[in-house]
Amino acid sequence: MTASAITRAIARIREEERPVLIAAGFVLVILIIGTAYTMLTQGTAPLLSPNYLLQQLQTGAFLGICAAGMMVVILLGHIDLSIPWTLTTAAMMATAVGGEMAIPTGIAVGLAVGLFNGFGAAVLRIPSMIFTLGVDSVLRGLMVFHTGGFAPQTDATPLMRFLASGRVLGIPSAVFVWALVSVVIAVMLSRTAFGRAIYATGSREAAAYLSGIRTRLVIIGAFVCSGVCAAIAGILLAGYATQAYQGMGNIFLLPSIAAVVLGGTHILGGRGRYIGTLVGVILIVLLNSVLSMMQMPEAVRQIIYGAVIIAMLLVYGRNSKVTF
Amino acid sequence: MRLAKRLHSAALRNRAFLGALLLFAVFYLVYHMLHPRGFSSAVLIQNTNESVAIVFVAMAQTLPVLTGGLDLSVGAVMTLTNCIASELLTGTPAEMLFGALLTLACGAAFGCVNGLIVVYGRIQPIITTLATGAVAIGLALLIRPRPGGEVDDDLSWAMTNTVFDFAETYGLAEGGEAAWLQPFAAIPVPLLIVLAVVLFIWLPFRNTQMGRTVYAVGSAEGAAYMSGLPVERAKIAAFTLAGLFAACAGLYLAIQTSSGNADVTQAGAYTLNSIAAVVLGGTSLYGGVGGAIGSLVGALILRVISFYFRILAIDPLLQPLIEGVVLLGAVSLGALRTLRVKNRLELFR
Repeated sequence: MTASAITRAIARIREEERPVLIAAGFVLVILIIGTAYTMLTQGTAPLLSPNYLLQQLQTGAFLGICAAGMMVVILLGHIDLSIPWTLTTAAMMATAVGGEMAIPTGIAVGLAVGLFNGFGAAVLRIPSMIFTLGVDSVLRGLMVFHTGGFAPQTDATPLMRFLASGRVLGIPSAVFVWALVSVVIAVMLSRTAFGRAIYATGSREAAAYLSGIRTRLVIIGAFVCSGVCAAIAGILLAGYATQAYQGMGNIFLLPSIAAVVLGGTHILGGRGRYIGTLVGVILIVLLNSVLSMMQMPEAVRQIIYGAVIIAMLLVYGRNSKVTF
Repeated sequence: MRLAKRLHSAALRNRAFLGALLLFAVFYLVYHMLHPRGFSSAVLIQNTNESVAIVFVAMAQTLPVLTGGLDLSVGAVMTLTNCIASELLTGTPAEMLFGALLTLACGAAFGCVNGLIVVYGRIQPIITTLATGAVAIGLALLIRPRPGGEVDDDLSWAMTNTVFDFAETYGLAEGGEAAWLQPFAAIPVPLLIVLAVVLFIWLPFRNTQMGRTVYAVGSAEGAAYMSGLPVERAKIAAFTLAGLFAACAGLYLAIQTSSGNADVTQAGAYTLNSIAAVVLGGTSLYGGVGGAIGSLVGALILRVISFYFRILAIDPLLQPLIEGVVLLGAVSLGALRTLRVKNRLELFR
């Protein structure tokens, strides 16, 4: 196929699906480059072994679950910067309570934080970027005070550990949790009235309000989704590391935003499909893994990571010239 | 009478900024009253030294926010220029001056690239800068894999103390003893640096056509475009200036700490604090309202809060919590007006 034929083929694809397909294509490119590298240096292709791919999915589960919640908020044109410490708080509370109530406690924390974030963004009308930032530092303050600044000594319950690092039918159970969250979010976005209300509110809130959607409740609901997703990720991560620790959520904030946007969701809201976020997460996880397999120093990895995001968005993420 | 009216309307227009200024004044006055040794030059020097970097980063964040965007790379650019400066600020005075200028140019160039990608690549600023921020951290790590540096000791001393110490170090004005210097002798040099940047870069820029276009773009980009304003150039200028201010922060940090440190956590913290400072200083995150001086005051408020922990017997473990509550409380105060709005449609952007 010539270059122009490829361009024409891309143009025929519906605009909505283009980012998803391009991102998926890029995932393949990463796999091919990685495999070529290992073939040349070691003569084996560990990248293509099912075990390796399953392990990637397992490590991707934490980011994937965070990104699922983040996407719901971004679809509204809002953003949730409180994910790092919502995740950490949920994990710390879950391990502190322990026993059978560990997981419900963690999820309750996410629910409460989500309700509070939604209250600030929807009722007080404070820009969510600054409100969730404030909530994040309040949560950090609470946890630093609660733990005295050290890693808490309490351990994750056996159930949490099983959910994070156990295996069912040879597949890591964390992947099942991720799949469950994915199905719930995907069905919610595409098949329920709430999902439609999210897209409508994200496109133009005034119009959505005038057509009878209770936009305040929609926004609060979206932040609750995000909080609960972060909490689930926190519970899993605590199970994976067998403990909760300070700052365990910090590495998920920016990658989860990047994954959502690379998957074709518009950062100003109203447009995007869940499958795109899924592909975006896989892309980021694979990229990181292949770069570390090539033993790139951290510096080069950061540069490539940034360059890839820019390059991919230059291909498909362009806005119209002037927004009126 | 008319003057009173005009003053009243100016105060109304700037009430967020005036509120921030008042808050800072009260916080800082109370701080000095509670301080065991009261107000002294040494305390002032320490306070200003600790504030310069966050003040510059907050000013940097202001410009993209005024255009209605956001720059998530300011902290990373500060870190990058900090590492560059830690390599260059050594040797003869001429070499050091050249190194400082080169550092500032690097920051401005990085900001310019941000602007070019935003304008010609048509990618949302928040995503663009999220990605370029990663690139900046990567470059910083390449330059300085381990913290360290060989910044000139004299320079470091002269720039972080009073005017008198500056003159003494370099043998200017009769070693700092000249009579005409005495009224200014106790002023901290960092204070003058910030003042110079505000007076000679920010204020002139704001009053140019480009500066006014930055505000116009933030208020209504479509209208600005239709009126023939240079929308694209203004956006690039805003990001370039943001890079320059971030480089001022990085340069000062290198001088202050005598070293460069490619610290990812620190870069992230500075970026997030800069957003908080911008909002505290009365700049609207939707663009078009506010200014760098407001952000300067906002950054000072954030810093003064942390000063209290040093003089009061508060459990240091409570510090992050109190900082967070003050931030949340301050931005919530600005939201009180929304509770008075009768027509709900006015609330929607």
